Amino acid sequence: MRSKIARLGGIVAVGTALTLGLAACGSGSGDSSASDGQGGGDGATTLKIGFMGDLTGENSALMIPPSQGAQLAVDEFNAKSTGVKVELVKYDSQGNPDQAVPLAQKAVTEDKIVAMVGPGFSGESRNVGPILEEGKIPSVTGSATNPALADNGWKFWHRVVANDAIQGPAIADFLVKAKSAKKAFVVDDAQEYGAGLADAVAKEFEAQGVAVERDKIDPNGSDYSSTVTKVKAASPDVIYYGGYYAQLGRLLKQLRDGGVTATVVSGDGAVDKELVNAAGKEAAEGAVLGCPCLIPFGSDVPELKEFSEKYKAKFGGDPLIYATEGYDAATAILKAIEAGNTTPEKINDFLATVDFKGVSKQIKFGPNGDIAANVIHVYQIKDGNLDWLGDTSQAQLG
Amino acid sequence: MLNDFINQVGPSTVGGLASGAIYALIALGYTMVYGVLRLINFAHSEIFMIGAFAALFVVLHLGVTTPLTGVALVGVLLLLMLVAMAASGGAAVVLERVAYRPLRRHGAGRLAALISAIGASIFLQELFALVIIPEVFDRPSQGRIQVPVPRLLDRETVVTIGNTDIRNDHLIIVGAAVIMMILLDVFVSRTRIGRGIRATSQDPETATLMGVDINKVIRTTFFVGGAMAGVAALLYAMEFENLRYNVGFLLGVKAFTAAVLGGIGNLRGALLGGLALGLIENWGSIFFGSEWKDVIAFTVLVLVLLFRPTGILGESLQRARA
Repeated sequence: MRSKIARLGGIVAVGTALTLGLAACGSGSGDSSASDGQGGGDGATTLKIGFMGDLTGENSALMIPPSQGAQLAVDEFNAKSTGVKVELVKYDSQGNPDQAVPLAQKAVTEDKIVAMVGPGFSGESRNVGPILEEGKIPSVTGSATNPALADNGWKFWHRVVANDAIQGPAIADFLVKAKSAKKAFVVDDAQEYGAGLADAVAKEFEAQGVAVERDKIDPNGSDYSSTVTKVKAASPDVIYYGGYYAQLGRLLKQLRDGGVTATVVSGDGAVDKELVNAAGKEAAEGAVLGCPCLIPFGSDVPELKEFSEKYKAKFGGDPLIYATEGYDAATAILKAIEAGNTTPEKINDFLATVDFKGVSKQIKFGPNGDIAANVIHVYQIKDGNLDWLGDTSQAQLG
Repeated sequence: MLNDFINQVGPSTVGGLASGAIYALIALGYTMVYGVLRLINFAHSEIFMIGAFAALFVVLHLGVTTPLTGVALVGVLLLLMLVAMAASGGAAVVLERVAYRPLRRHGAGRLAALISAIGASIFLQELFALVIIPEVFDRPSQGRIQVPVPRLLDRETVVTIGNTDIRNDHLIIVGAAVIMMILLDVFVSRTRIGRGIRATSQDPETATLMGVDINKVIRTTFFVGGAMAGVAALLYAMEFENLRYNVGFLLGVKAFTAAVLGGIGNLRGALLGGLALGLIENWGSIFFGSEWKDVIAFTVLVLVLLFRPTGILGESLQRARA
């Protein structure tokens, strides 16, 4: 999702960021309450955990599910815990790196959070990282996928999702095995995120002896007939597209109309149900999408099913992109608190040793804070729905 | 390289002619208004967009959910064409009335009209993004996201020549564009009001002295140019099946380029320029990749203008009449 983040950086946001309400413990109404929580109350200790991300901005569709996932984890913790209670404080950065900085300062110095879930995007993570590092506040993000974030030497930073450098090679490798592809055609939208991903995919294809041809489309255009002509002349076994769902939808439609039947594959930028609307149900059928995220679309794996049901009961909708990762990120922190760690530094020490089976994957961090299990999940469109097929090691294409 | 060309030249030609036919129809609006007023109507791309959304509105209200065939298909396409022509033509007349005529009456310069055109263009785009798409098309807070158009026509290959499939949608697009061109040519060269248009573009003052109603001529020019954009809008919606509030922008730039390439102010030049631009783009893509499309097109434009500053067929509406 890198170019989205880059774009966000350029947006001058209107108005000041709102700090969404401090959700009252166990109230079950995640993001609506605006009370000050348990200010001077006596009795049990209450620790504050922050959640930072784009909650009302242009790409809030990516951040509301993880915020709800984190809320679910916190509420479950409070329902069980007899001693310490936890409060999830939400910071709406609108995904804007400049707005994120003062919010992070407020979180550290005024609100005195003990840990943070997020920030959601890579741009804001880059800016907020040094502040949390200085304030010695551990953070766990479920969605910032820029590979370079792990190279800063930050000791308090963690990530529960595979980064962009993993996704391209993993999906290319998967396609070589699943489709025994000999010829591939790689298309991208000539933008930072799309071209980066397409480059990584093409490189892996070539390394595995697959012949690769490439073309680029204009993301603002609609007429992709010249690309369709090239694809048709190349008659590839698979077509990979790096970019977002809107353009992929148009391209898919024109490819299918042009009589191209090869499997079309794309990445996390296209994991959106709107893809089916953009391409039309017929053209979208069978398209394959790779994503570091785990979205349990109608899965019958017991843990995922249970998570989906709990989530749906609480928020009235299916868990969408990054909901499981948000839940796991919060759970990692809550496990530390459960083990009796109540200061940021102790929580951070605990995170270094954490190793449990999360909803999205095994949660265990490497020394640089990156997730140890680099899992890429595969989705396929069937009957107009996105179906989860499993990770790249187990998925079977239908 | 040569092999690529041989493999791809046929399909590229078909694709290029189909894109080019749409450019040509839009280019007519630029060229006609320029011929009469010496004004580049930059809001013409939004006139196109309005026609496309009008056609979509009717499609959604007719409840077309599966592709049509036979008489139903012809009937619906003709109806949609009339709707799109009326919407685009009407919008162009209103635009002239609101954005250009007051300036003309006060004797404002051409630069003022140009600014007014750009303002009208932005106004119309934002109107659709903020109000019409969310409200009329019932897509709250999705005004800037593309709106899918239901499929009207099942793609079928009509003829295959070598490795080139010619589909029914391509034939409809190119056919419709050529028919509209012929009708327009007859209209401008044979009718009384057409003569008025030619006279005005030659010399507005003398035309007025000779009893030509300038305002009526201008109104007609805007309407006819808009209606041609309406035809293009329907063809575009049918072919690409998605619309956005800024759908006209890129096409407008291309069509304007086509008009200049063919010779701005020249009706037949618009057709030639549009088709040439579509072909150049698609042929160029074979060698350099699709990302170079625009670079190739504009390089050719610059080269043509270096040697023929008035475009391929030269200037002016009046001389288009052979």
